[in-house]
Amino acid sequence: MRLFLHQLRADQLVFWRNRESAIFVYLFPVLLFLLLGTVYGGTYEGRPVVDYLVASLIAYGVANTAFGGLAIMLVVRRELGILKRIRSTPLPAATYVAAALASIVVVFLLQTATILLLGKLVYDAAWPDDWLSVALAVGVGAAAFCALGLAAAALIRSSEGAAAVVNVIILPMTFLSGGFGPTRDFPDFLQRIADVLPLTYFVELIVGIFVHGEALWAKPGTIAVLVLWGLIGAAIAVRRFRWEPRLG
Amino acid sequence: MTAIRVRDLRKRYGQVEALRGISFEIEEGEVFGLLGPNGAGKTTTVEILEGYRRRDGGSVDVLGHDPQRAERAFRERIGVVLQHSEMWPNLTVAETLRVFAGYYRRSRDVGETIALVGLGHKRDDRIKTLSGGQKRRLDLALALVGDPELVFLDEPTTGFDPQARRAAWEMVRGLRSLGKTILLTTHYLDEAQQLADRLAVLRDGEIVTIGTPGELVDASGPTEIRYRLDGELTLLRTDEPTRALHELTGRALTEGRELRDLEVRRASLEDVYLELLREEEAPE
Repeated sequence: MRLFLHQLRADQLVFWRNRESAIFVYLFPVLLFLLLGTVYGGTYEGRPVVDYLVASLIAYGVANTAFGGLAIMLVVRRELGILKRIRSTPLPAATYVAAALASIVVVFLLQTATILLLGKLVYDAAWPDDWLSVALAVGVGAAAFCALGLAAAALIRSSEGAAAVVNVIILPMTFLSGGFGPTRDFPDFLQRIADVLPLTYFVELIVGIFVHGEALWAKPGTIAVLVLWGLIGAAIAVRRFRWEPRLG
Repeated sequence: MTAIRVRDLRKRYGQVEALRGISFEIEEGEVFGLLGPNGAGKTTTVEILEGYRRRDGGSVDVLGHDPQRAERAFRERIGVVLQHSEMWPNLTVAETLRVFAGYYRRSRDVGETIALVGLGHKRDDRIKTLSGGQKRRLDLALALVGDPELVFLDEPTTGFDPQARRAAWEMVRGLRSLGKTILLTTHYLDEAQQLADRLAVLRDGEIVTIGTPGELVDASGPTEIRYRLDGELTLLRTDEPTRALHELTGRALTEGRELRDLEVRRASLEDVYLELLREEEAPE
């Protein structure tokens, strides 16, 4: 536990000290929220649009931060040789991975809290009714997308390509999943693609809670799909994750 | 006490036999050099001893541990400088060392370790502002901060300019005087000769010779005496250079003649090394 906290503190220091990661990973979803909140107001199907925006940007955040931020961070560290170097110290591998996950989850939670707070303060959004459901949904989403982030880190070959690969996944996925607005009018084949994307289910869950005031357990099937995706990600990560750079 | 004992170590990567059964021992407090050209198996050997790779055969004992079990107690006692590794670019030297110091139960003082590798003036600078040589010093500081008994240095000066290399040598000598056991790999002969108490020459996954630098030269055969008499160059090989030279010069004196270009030459370690590597190129 002492080592875990030590490494978590180190990871936080490394994260916030790097301006690119702080802006891209933490701030970007927050800025997007402010931008969209300024442009879109009023109601949609009788519900305040800002509620949709809060839910959508938390969903974008989970993809951007828990998935993308984690994957890029681990690939860069692997290719620099930092992971290999740390492997020869007494820090256990499991502790290292746990701290890296915890560190990115801390960033994601801060980001989520920032969006909630700005929604309330700037756009007068209502607080959600059911905080427990919010916390659990955010937790399940973070866990599933962290596992997928580990899998992506295991599959991405070079740090130069990491950001590009991650964005090619995140942006279309968020768009198709309804993270940037309703998908009801999308062509049928795009909706079929969306049906298999993990973010679709997280959007469904979080929109249900924020917009429709549902409880988390109203959608057990949705949770099951998210958990399944998390398990797939974890399985790929366990099989394919490497500590050493892929030198030619 | 023996710090490292390697017997009949074997490793293959697919079809390639990287190590074909090598054996050596390193005593506590000794600086041992693994010398050989690129691809000879130096890094493979070191990475097996560090616990990064699994061996395919033979036995390995490092400080009483089997490295491939990667026990924490083992990693508390070793320090590693990898051939290539970078650190978090935006942390300072002191911050990075504090992170690493926290991994060990017993660590050296961070400020003292930074001073030991000569980075005192850089302690609050970010790592991305360090030069290549300074980054290698940081690597060394990171290897030392856990106060290890055994330090692995994999090609510590590759890519250094001559001045930086001299500085690195001084640091290794400093480590030696702290009583650390050091295993270093290099493809520079002068480096092995300068630093190693004993060295093993590795070629194609086999140890072709092992001993102190002096022993390697002694084993290399006769002394050469060259001179020019009546314009003709003569080369004499002898195991008794004193007698041969005495007879030769005595005769020249009585005959009142001058031995032009007289030269007595022992094979240098470089000759020995190049000879050993030449055998590699010869057809079987």
